[in-house]
Amino acid sequence: MTCKELVDFMVDYLSDQLPKGQKEVFELHLSLCPPCLSFLETYRETIELGRCACTNPDGPVPEAVPERLVDAILAARKAHPESDSHNR
Amino acid sequence: MRRTAVRLVPSELLSALRDLGDRTAYTRRVPHPPTSLGLLSSPVASGGVAESATEVQGFSSDADLLAALRRGEEAAYAHLVRLHGGRMLAVAKRLLKVESEAEDAVQDAFLSAFRSLDSFEGEAKLGTWLHRIVVNASLMRLRNRKRRPETPIDDLLPRFLEDGHYLDPPQPWHDDAEQLLQDAERRRWVRDRIDTLPDTYRTVLMLRDIENLSTQDAADLLGITPNAVKIRLHRARLALREILDREFRGGER
Repeated sequence: MTCKELVDFMVDYLSDQLPKGQKEVFELHLSLCPPCLSFLETYRETIELGRCACTNPDGPVPEAVPERLVDAILAARKAHPESDSHNR
Repeated sequence: MRRTAVRLVPSELLSALRDLGDRTAYTRRVPHPPTSLGLLSSPVASGGVAESATEVQGFSSDADLLAALRRGEEAAYAHLVRLHGGRMLAVAKRLLKVESEAEDAVQDAFLSAFRSLDSFEGEAKLGTWLHRIVVNASLMRLRNRKRRPETPIDDLLPRFLEDGHYLDPPQPWHDDAEQLLQDAERRRWVRDRIDTLPDTYRTVLMLRDIENLSTQDAADLLGITPNAVKIRLHRARLALREILDREFRGGER
């Protein structure tokens, strides 16, 4: 397995979808190749950083839905009563 | 409009105590919450307050809420929107980036959910079901946007020599993820970098890594094959890794 191939297999490796034999080869390469180990680590960190950055409380996440949106949704529902499954 | 669910003070207990006229027994056995002690001094008022507290508390379970929705109870609809709307709006904002569009997507999502209440199966949680619906509503709006030509991300993919070795061997980053994201400014910077990815890739990254949808669910919602999801996800992560690498590489570690 070359470094390029190892990178190609990374999605499957991280979701534990590599067949057993391939997984062993993957891990053997990893244990002998510091650049690939760094690549895997930073690839993992990328996922983690993206997740934290997008879901952190200081992000664009409202605590509650604005009341005017609640009103708009309830009004839209009344304007189209046929849209309710219970009315059909 | 009365719920039998979640009552701060069970009405049966209250009325039983009233019949007994034994207020001391009540205070002794149930020393809190303090408000309910106050209520007992005026039995008539206490009933009313206990009921409105129940209204505020709402529905004890998805099944309870769902039954009320299917009966067409207005309060149940309002409750559903307040309970899940905030989280759904956050999802829509992450995907659409424009506040007004995100609000429209949430409205689309709720109206669509109201229409399909009958088909909702109790096995899934309401929240999970609504999450999927708002992701779908957001994706529809993304699709309907005027297509901007997307910048190819090939320049951000790792490059290799003929023999499969790295052209530019990777190095560790100077800190781990937690430390790299300590301040809000950093997190905003990372979010902005994600936003620079072409929508084709950004969307898959958001669905898989941020919204935690399965490969199959993402494929269904995007109308592409699971394999295409995997390829796009990998390329999106590689491109983002490269962008972050330019900032975080090397250093004192």
